[in-house]
Amino acid sequence: MAVMEFREAVRLAMIEEMERDERVFLMGEEVGLYDGAYKVSKGMLERFGPMRVVDTPISEAGFAGIGIGAAMVGLRPIIEFMTWNFSIVAMDQIVNHAASILYMSGGQFNIPIVFRGPNGAAGQLGATHSRSLEATYAHWPGLKVVTPATPADAKGLLKSAIRDDNPVLVMESELMYGMKGEVPEDPEFLIPLGVGEIKRPGKDVTVVAHSKSYHLAEMAAQELEKDGIEVEIIDPRTIRPLDIELIVSSVKKTNRLVIVDECAPFGGVASEITYHVQLRAFDYLDAPIVRVTTKDTPAPYAKNLYEYWMPRLDEVIEAIKKVLYR
Amino acid sequence: MAIVIRMPKMSDTMEEGVLVSWLKQEGERVEPGDVIAEVETDKATMELEAYDSGVLLKQVAKPGQAIPLGGVIAILGEPGEDISSLLAELEGASEPTPAATPAPTSPPESAPHPAPGPVAEPDGRPSTSQTERIKASPLARRMAREAGIPLEAIVGTGPEGRIIKRDVEAALARVRELVPPQLPRPETPVLLEEEAYEAIPLTPMRKTIARRLSQSMFSAPHFYLSIEVDAHPLLEARQRLNALSEVRISVNDFITKACALALRRHPEINASWAETEIRRHREVHIAIAVAVEEGLVTPVIRHADRKGLAQIAREAQELAERARNRKLSPEELEGSTFTTSNLGMFGIDSFTAIINPPNACILAIGAIRDVPVVEGDQIRPGKRMRLTLSCDHRVVDGAMGARFLATLKGLLENPLAMLL
Amino acid sequence: MAQKTTARTNDTPGASQITSEVSPSLVGATYSHRDIGLSDDQVRAMYRLMLLQRRFEEAAAKAYGERKIGGFLHLYIGQEAVSTGAEFAIRPDDYVISAYRDHGIALARGVSARACMAELFGKITGCSRGKGGSMHYFSREHNFLGGHGIVGGQIPIGTGVAWAIKYRGEDKVCLTFMGDGAVAQGVFHESLNMAMLWRLPVVYIIENNEYGMGTAVSRAHATPDLARRALAYGMPNAQIDGMNVFEVYRGVKEAVDRARREHIPSLLEIKTYRYRGHSMSDPGTYRTKEEVEAYRKRDPIANLRYYMLEVGLVTEADLEEIERSVRAEIQDAVAFAESSPLPPEKTLYEDVYTDPDYPFLA
Repeated sequence: MAVMEFREAVRLAMIEEMERDERVFLMGEEVGLYDGAYKVSKGMLERFGPMRVVDTPISEAGFAGIGIGAAMVGLRPIIEFMTWNFSIVAMDQIVNHAASILYMSGGQFNIPIVFRGPNGAAGQLGATHSRSLEATYAHWPGLKVVTPATPADAKGLLKSAIRDDNPVLVMESELMYGMKGEVPEDPEFLIPLGVGEIKRPGKDVTVVAHSKSYHLAEMAAQELEKDGIEVEIIDPRTIRPLDIELIVSSVKKTNRLVIVDECAPFGGVASEITYHVQLRAFDYLDAPIVRVTTKDTPAPYAKNLYEYWMPRLDEVIEAIKKVLYR
Repeated sequence: MAIVIRMPKMSDTMEEGVLVSWLKQEGERVEPGDVIAEVETDKATMELEAYDSGVLLKQVAKPGQAIPLGGVIAILGEPGEDISSLLAELEGASEPTPAATPAPTSPPESAPHPAPGPVAEPDGRPSTSQTERIKASPLARRMAREAGIPLEAIVGTGPEGRIIKRDVEAALARVRELVPPQLPRPETPVLLEEEAYEAIPLTPMRKTIARRLSQSMFSAPHFYLSIEVDAHPLLEARQRLNALSEVRISVNDFITKACALALRRHPEINASWAETEIRRHREVHIAIAVAVEEGLVTPVIRHADRKGLAQIAREAQELAERARNRKLSPEELEGSTFTTSNLGMFGIDSFTAIINPPNACILAIGAIRDVPVVEGDQIRPGKRMRLTLSCDHRVVDGAMGARFLATLKGLLENPLAMLL
Repeated sequence: MAQKTTARTNDTPGASQITSEVSPSLVGATYSHRDIGLSDDQVRAMYRLMLLQRRFEEAAAKAYGERKIGGFLHLYIGQEAVSTGAEFAIRPDDYVISAYRDHGIALARGVSARACMAELFGKITGCSRGKGGSMHYFSREHNFLGGHGIVGGQIPIGTGVAWAIKYRGEDKVCLTFMGDGAVAQGVFHESLNMAMLWRLPVVYIIENNEYGMGTAVSRAHATPDLARRALAYGMPNAQIDGMNVFEVYRGVKEAVDRARREHIPSLLEIKTYRYRGHSMSDPGTYRTKEEVEAYRKRDPIANLRYYMLEVGLVTEADLEEIERSVRAEIQDAVAFAESSPLPPEKTLYEDVYTDPDYPFLA
C-alpha cells in the first residue's frame, strides 16, 4: 500500500498497463508535452515516447475515431478527453461506432478501447463544462461506464478497463484528482467491472452514491451518526454493468433508499436504479425512493446558484430523514 | 407462360401503392428496365420497372387504384396467350400473396436468452378500488399480509396516513398481547384443498363491511354491557298507538326513539374517537342495521331525538325499503352517531355487535321472549327483551355505558315518557 | 462508330443489357492495360468483378421489391469501376473501410455474393450474421472494416487503422472510402489534418457520384472540386475518372504506393455516377433522365467490354461465358440467402459485449 493522489493512481494504472502490453497507448489533448491538463499523464511522454503518448489537435471526434480504428485492428488505445464535456462532439464515434461495431459486424470486430477523463461539475465553470455524462453513455448497449470514487478504485478499475475487450468509459473528476488515499502497489491489483462495494455498512437506510457523490454521502452519514442513524453507503463503482444485486440486497435490509447522483434528474443514474429497486425489492420498501441530483437546469455560474444547483449535504441529510419518517 | 407483376416495395415504409398512370398499354412490348407505370408510394411517385420481358397482356390495376404490397398490377406474357383462367384464379384469391417465401425457421430456441434479471411477480390479489385504497408502504403491506393482519386494522402514522413498517410492528405487538401464545397462532390457517371451497368474488359492499368492521374490531377496544328490559309496557303502548297511527310503529321504532332520547341525556355516548381527541356530537343521528341480500347496510335516521314516533316509523320503513332495493344514496348512509342492530326477528335472544365506526357504541337488540315473571309471590307470564351495548373503551367507560343503559331501560319500560 | 453488342439473354430476370454504345476513346484511349502493369487475366477478372457487382445489385433490387429485404437499400450500380480499380491497386492484407453504399466494395474485397446477399435477407449466414444489414457489411477475413451508416463516421476510423499500421511498423495501407456528402462533415477535416500531421498510410477515396442523396455537389460545397480540400492540409490529391477502371486503378495505385513507402496520405476524388436513386425510395426528381442516359453511355462495364473486344482479350463467346457464370453465382447467392435460416433469437444478446456472461438488464 502507498498513499497517493487520485491522479497518481490513474497514472500508475496507465504506466503499469503500458509496460505490460505494448498495444496500449495514450492519446489526447495535452497528454504529452504539457504533462496532461490535470497532470494525470505527467512524465509519461518522457517514459514512453511520442508514438505511445500522443498529443492531438483539438479534434475530439477525429481522435476518438482514430482510437476506434486502431482498436478495430488490435491496438488497445486509451483516449483521454480533457473533460467528458468535450466528448459530446465525439459522441457519434463513441455511440454509433465504438458501441455498435461488434454488434453490427456480427461479432467480428471488437473495440478494446478506453475513453477516460474528468466528468461532472468542478466549480463555477458554467453549463458547458459541468456535465455528468455517465447516464448518457450508460444508456447505450455496447459501452461500459466506470466511475471510481477513490484513488484505489481509480487504479483497480482503470486497469480492468484497459484489459477489457470492449469500449470502456472511465469517468474521473477534476475535484478528486488531488484526493489522497491508500492504493495497492500490486501491478495485478484489478477491480472487476460491474462489482459495487459497500463503502460504509449500516442498517437504517441505504444510500447509493458514485464518484464524487460518494464523498457527499459519507459526510451525511457521519453527520447522521450523531443522531444514531446508521447509513449504509453503496458505491456501484461501475454504472454499466450495474451491480444492482448489491443495491437490492442492501435495500432489503434497510427498507429505504436514497440515491445521490450528479447527473441531471431526468433519466439519470438515480432513475435507473430506482426502476430496478422497485422491481426487485418492491415488497421491502417502507418509503418512496428519494434522489438527490443536480437541479433540473443547466449549470449556473454564480457561486450561490452553483452551490444551490449541486447535490448538497443538507439535501442528502433531509432525504435520508425523509425516508426514515423522521 | 404469363408473368404476374405485383406491387413491389418501393420504400422502406410503404404498405400500398397507388397506380398513377400506365406508361405501357395493353399489347405493347415490355423489356426489363422499361418503365411500365407510375406508382405513388407514401414517399414519392416512383417508376415501376419491369424485370421481365414480354407483352403487356392485361392492366389489372386501374389508375387511381391503391394496390397493397404484393397485389396484382399487370400480367405479362406472350402475344395472344390465354390468361382467362389466370385472371379468374387471381380474382378468386382476393388476398395478396405473402411476399417473401417464409424462410426456414431457425433452430427452435426455447428461451430467447437467459432471462436478464429477475422478473416481477405479479401480485395475484384483486386490487382494491380507488375509493377503498389504503395507503401503506409495500413493506408494510407484505408484513401485514404475512402476519395475517388486515391493513384495515392498522392505523397509519406516515404521511397522509400511510401505514409503514413501524405501524405494522405496533399492531403486531397488540395482537401478541391479545392472543396468548399457547393459543393457535393466527398466521397458520388450515390449508384447504382447492376443490374444497367455492370462491365467491367480493362485492364492493362485502369489502366495505370487511374493511370497516375489522378496522373497528382491531383498533377499538370493545367491551359489552347487557341489560334486560321488561317489554310488556312497550308492547301495550305500541298496540294502542298503532290503533291511532296511520303508519305501523314497530318495537324497533320505539327503541330508536328511546336511544335518541337517552343519548341526549348522555352525550358522552353520542361520541367518536378521533385519534387526537374525542368528539361529542351535537346532533343525534341513529343508524339502523338493515339486512339486505348481499350483506347489511346502516341507513341513518337524522335528528331522531327531535322526531316523533310516527315520523321515525315512516322514515325507518322507507329507508329499509330503499335499502332492499339498493336505492339508498350515500348521504343516507353517512353521519351516524350511534347504531342499533336488531336480530330479534330471527329468534336471537342476545348477541354482541361490532361497533360501526366512527360511533362509540352500538346497541344489539334481542328477541322479546315470553318468560315467567316472579312478582311478589306470584308467577305470571311476562315479556322480556335483552339489550347489549358494545362500547369503544377509548371513549366510553363501563359506568358511563351502564348509566346510559339504565336510562334507556327506564324509557322503554315507561314508553309514555317518550311522548312527553 | 458505336458498336452494339448484347451480353444478356431475355431469360435473365432483372438483368440490364451491357451494351457498348459508348465512345470508344474512354478506356485504353491513351495507354493499354499492360502500360499500367495489368495482365490480361487481371483485366478479365476486373470485368467479371464489375459485372458481378452489377448483377448482384440488380438481383437485390428485385428482391427488395419482393419484400425479401428490409430497411434501406443503396445500390452501387454505375460505380463499379471505383471499387474494382481500387481493389486491384491494393493487397489482400491491406484494409478497406467504407460508408453505407458498401455492397460493391465488399464484393470487390472478396466477400462472397452468398454472404452479401444473405446479409440483405437478414439471415444468420450473412457477412454480419444478419445484424448489420445493407449498410453494415463487415468481413474480418477480407480485412473489410465496414460498412458504416453515419455519413463520414468511417473517416477517422480508417485514419485510426492507418495509425495502427504505423504504430506497428507494418507496410500496409488503409483505403477509406466516402461519398461526396461526407466531405462536408467535420470529421473529414479532422482526419485529413491528423493523417497528414502524423504521416499515416491512408488513402481517402471520395466516390463523387454528383449527389449527396438529392443534393447536387454544387449545392452542398462552396468549392465543388472536392480533391482540392486536401490542399489545406498539404496533402497530395487527384481527380480521377471513375467510369474508367484503368484510370481508377492507376490513380489509386500511385497513392497507395506513396502511402505504403513514404507514409504520405492522399485524397482522391473519383468522379462516378449512380444510375439508381440514393435508395430504393428515391424518385430521382433532382436530376434529368438525359443526365442519367449520358452517364450510361459512359458505363464503366460497357467501356471495358468494348476495350477487351477491341484489343482481343476476349471473344463474344468468352463474354457470354462470363455473363453465364456471374448469373449462376448470383442465382446461387439468392437461393442460398432464401434457404438460409433466420438468426436464432438467442443471437439477439450475442455480440453486444465480448463477455459471455454480461448481465443484461430487463
